Amino acid sequence: MQIESSQERMAAYLRDRQDKVISRWCELVAAGVRGRSSAVEIRAELEDLYALVLRVTAGQDEQAAGELRAALAELSRSRARNGFTPRETALGVFSLKDAVYELVADTTDLIPEFLSFSRMIDDLGLHTFESYAAAREQIIADQAASMLELSTPVVRLWDGIIAVPLVGTLDSARTQLVTEKLLETLVATGAEHAVLDITGVPTVDTEVAQHLLKTVNAARLLGAECIICGIRPQVAQTIVSLGIEFGDIATKATLADALHHALTRSGLKVTEADRT
Amino acid sequence: MDEVPIQSGDDVVRVRQRVRVVAADSGLSLVDQTKLVTAASELARNALVYGGGGTARIEVLTSPAGRAGVRIGFSDDGPGIADVDLALTDGWTTGGGLGLGLSGARRLVDEFELTSKPGRGTSVVVIKWSR
Amino acid sequence: MERVPILKIGRTLFVSIQIDLQDDSVMRLQEDLAAELAATGATGVIIDITAVEIVDSFIGRMLTMIGSISRLFDAETVLVGMRPAVAITLTELGLSLRGVRTALNAEKGMKLLNGRAR
Repeated sequence: MQIESSQERMAAYLRDRQDKVISRWCELVAAGVRGRSSAVEIRAELEDLYALVLRVTAGQDEQAAGELRAALAELSRSRARNGFTPRETALGVFSLKDAVYELVADTTDLIPEFLSFSRMIDDLGLHTFESYAAAREQIIADQAASMLELSTPVVRLWDGIIAVPLVGTLDSARTQLVTEKLLETLVATGAEHAVLDITGVPTVDTEVAQHLLKTVNAARLLGAECIICGIRPQVAQTIVSLGIEFGDIATKATLADALHHALTRSGLKVTEADRT
Repeated sequence: MDEVPIQSGDDVVRVRQRVRVVAADSGLSLVDQTKLVTAASELARNALVYGGGGTARIEVLTSPAGRAGVRIGFSDDGPGIADVDLALTDGWTTGGGLGLGLSGARRLVDEFELTSKPGRGTSVVVIKWSR
Repeated sequence: MERVPILKIGRTLFVSIQIDLQDDSVMRLQEDLAAELAATGATGVIIDITAVEIVDSFIGRMLTMIGSISRLFDAETVLVGMRPAVAITLTELGLSLRGVRTALNAEKGMKLLNGRAR
């Protein structure tokens, strides 16, 4: 029972004229490429894609659709690396429609098949655009992550006293990272005092205060006492007007004050050396 | 998908251990694993103590963007919760709070869905995604 | 049910939790500690949770209660060795475990206990 589906008819049509279509497709793509890829490279790329397109058009191969999307995502990535805009890549995919249309235009009996084929190619072209966008998002996310890493150093002020200079807005992601690094350093150094310097934090509102309190709490669970320093006058006013209570957490104006406090709590005293 | 029956205190431990393995395999960071297992422990205990016993269903997910995640569903045929909103309010003002620990568990996960009707049991589904 | 052993060294009771404890065992530990405190007149308790991967609200509450019970016997409790991931999770849960002192390890815990004027 061989009822040829319209999909199979289109696939057969494309298969029979394979060379012609691919050659024409290569010409159209090469025109847009303007020398950034060689003819040989283009041909190889498009032949592989064409084979996948055939399988998908025939509609009998479930894996083909996935493979084709993956191949196009890879094409999008490599084109982006070579300086192509996503528009250029998508146009390259769309030009397959033109190549096929030139042949189909003379026959009248493949119009519905060509329409579905055309829609499929549209979808694939858009897919290359989406892949491009997704790749850019990933790069931005990676850069943000490494910026976050770089901006949270933990320094050792003295035996048993460490300091965390906080710079920038304290959102939940940064707080988590700061807390993790602080706790790891506590375990590694055995420090019992941690100074959180918020000089570089532009605003301290209720949310930021909550984040700070969480960090202090976590450090406390590891046996360390936190001191918050670097509270600027405007910040102090905001904190009081918002009714934020730091409870029994020591707060100091400067890092020097905080260090002195921690040294005293550690049972140490700073005295002038004998000058003889 | 893993199904773990929750009928005893040992089962709660079993749920913790199973979730830990799945979370680690899914690439969740250590802190995220700990949060998820802790949430699972709370919810499994609820199913046992308040639900009269239930089941945990653990499965691995993939987000549209390709990230791995872990979904855990807890269901019991217990008396159900009459006032869901009340159960979800923060009871941890002084740290000695009572209550079902639901609000705490919710803070530890990325997605949290609670369905419960008196007499119809309780179902809680939580998801944690890897970063 | 696993029973957590309690060691007595000098005037301090040591408890080291090595395994994933189920609720009954934790409650049993609380009872055993109360009995030991009453029987020995120990002045300090060190609970080592270095090996503990999960502390949920139930276990957290038990630990706070152990602290309260010890205080009734005029003993001080120090929780040592909490893992960073556990500390972060407990804080997120909103449990600050007030009423129990904490230290990084057993040695520092002992220093805390000995620092008490007696």
